[in-house]
Amino acid sequence: MIAVQHVSKHYGRHTALDDVTFHVKKGEILAFLGPNGAGKTTTMRILTCFMPQSEGSATIAGFDCLDQPMDVKRHLGYLPEIPPLYPELTVDEYLTFAGRLKRLTPQRLASRRSHVIDQVGLGHVHHRVISHLSKGYRQRVGLAQALIHDPPVLILDEPTVGLDPKQIIEIRELIKSLAGSHTIILSTHILPEAMATCDRVVIIHEGRIVAEDAPDLLSSRLRQSEKMSLTVKQPQPGWLERLGMLPGVLDVLPTATPNTCTIDCELGQDLRETLSQFVVSQGYGLLELKPLSLSLEEVFLQLTHQEEGTGPGESGRPGSSEQPPA
Amino acid sequence: MTPFQTILAKELRCFFVSPIFYVVGAVFLFISGLIAHLMTVNAGQQAVRFLQVQNTYAQLNLNELVFRSLFYSLDFVIMFLLPILTMRLFAEERKLHTFELLLTSPIGINELISAKYMSVLVIYVGLLSLTSLTPIILSLYTSFHWHPILTGYVALALQGGLFLACGLLASATTENQVVAAFLSFGMILLIWLLGELGSVLGDTATGTILSYLSFSEHYDRLVRSLLEAKDVVYYLSGIVLTLFIAHRVVDSHRWS
Repeated sequence: MIAVQHVSKHYGRHTALDDVTFHVKKGEILAFLGPNGAGKTTTMRILTCFMPQSEGSATIAGFDCLDQPMDVKRHLGYLPEIPPLYPELTVDEYLTFAGRLKRLTPQRLASRRSHVIDQVGLGHVHHRVISHLSKGYRQRVGLAQALIHDPPVLILDEPTVGLDPKQIIEIRELIKSLAGSHTIILSTHILPEAMATCDRVVIIHEGRIVAEDAPDLLSSRLRQSEKMSLTVKQPQPGWLERLGMLPGVLDVLPTATPNTCTIDCELGQDLRETLSQFVVSQGYGLLELKPLSLSLEEVFLQLTHQEEGTGPGESGRPGSSEQPPA
Repeated sequence: MTPFQTILAKELRCFFVSPIFYVVGAVFLFISGLIAHLMTVNAGQQAVRFLQVQNTYAQLNLNELVFRSLFYSLDFVIMFLLPILTMRLFAEERKLHTFELLLTSPIGINELISAKYMSVLVIYVGLLSLTSLTPIILSLYTSFHWHPILTGYVALALQGGLFLACGLLASATTENQVVAAFLSFGMILLIWLLGELGSVLGDTATGTILSYLSFSEHYDRLVRSLLEAKDVVYYLSGIVLTLFIAHRVVDSHRWS
């Protein structure tokens, strides 16, 4: 349904996208994951014919983005990072405008409009002026705009940014319910979001695809060890070394917070009981012991380190040499 | 509805809920009414003077005393006001990020520009038609020729059309509305000054070309009720050229 082949984009001397290739099958949800400035929005703008690529080809539903932009635009709904709203219009007026722009017939527009208003949960605000709506509602209006002509392809740039947790779950459920009948690309910089909604994840960093896989495969591939965070009240000299000698512990690293360390344990082992008993028996005063999940930053550090040829076992330490872009 | 009609309707709707339209409209109508009033009072005073000197009622030429001056003054008023009307056309779309919605919808840039241009033109011509109250009311009390007044309105409409096209072009180049307004104001002044430069250079080839490029002499002829095709062609080609450049500017955003 969506095919991107060897696409590059240069802004002057700056390369925003470098030889990006991926495919999305019909009915699939693909997450585009990456920090800000990684090239997610650029990719989406190329796919939506907002801007042309410098090299390579992109096709949507069989239409080329450069040669047949009108056909491509007819087949896709796009929610940009900042929802494109006219604050002085009411929700109804805005959706009517969007529907007419997408060339819906008046009858179809009326039915589609009431359908998407229900679908995204705008029922009780549809007559209100957009400038009076909260950020969450504005985001939904933007999403309704992308859905109004029932396009086979949906491109959503960070659809859950700025929403409260309840709204995030609602929007994710909505996106999941659209899968199957729609092909969806969504971008995000939140790893759990990609995990929760998508069939496949493409991780992009500095304009290049660094990983592409199903979410669970990706995380297990990236996870080299179980991590724990331990905070004690009164550490004694050499406590880190003594912790490191416990069976199953691979490494102990001090953190920036005083009296706190990160413990790398062997994969598949839960050492919480051992660790807590040890800390109590040594009289360090156990304050906190919790498992750490891989954050996006760590995923990126791992991936970028691997790219540079470092062994995976030595990578993934927060605060090590390379910082991910903010 | 075609995309052209859709965008035109939305633009007009946005104008009618924005304070800019009401401020520009009120200032324009107030100033034009005030100027017409001053001109009429002035004409009345001249009539009294005639009566005192010659002891007869002179047949005053209202076309010359009132309307021609009115059209020259309104030219300056629209020079200042129309950039305010056009400044939001594209600058606001870029500021609100709705530009992305428009450019990712199945509509052409032609339709976008022509609809936006048409919206300000409709508003301007609407405001202009309201000033026709001046000749209509005056016609109740005195008589004058309608023909020069009609060509005067044609001149104002064409002149305004050119200014609006300049304003649209300026708005397409920036996302800051104030910058857009000043830019279009600057463009209009520049075209005007070309004429002054042309008259300084006199009858040389450069002087003639510069004078032709400026709207001054074309406007002047139309206001003096010399309706000639070459002046109409000047305005229409100027508008088309400016809108074409605006088209290229809007399209070029996609490449930057």
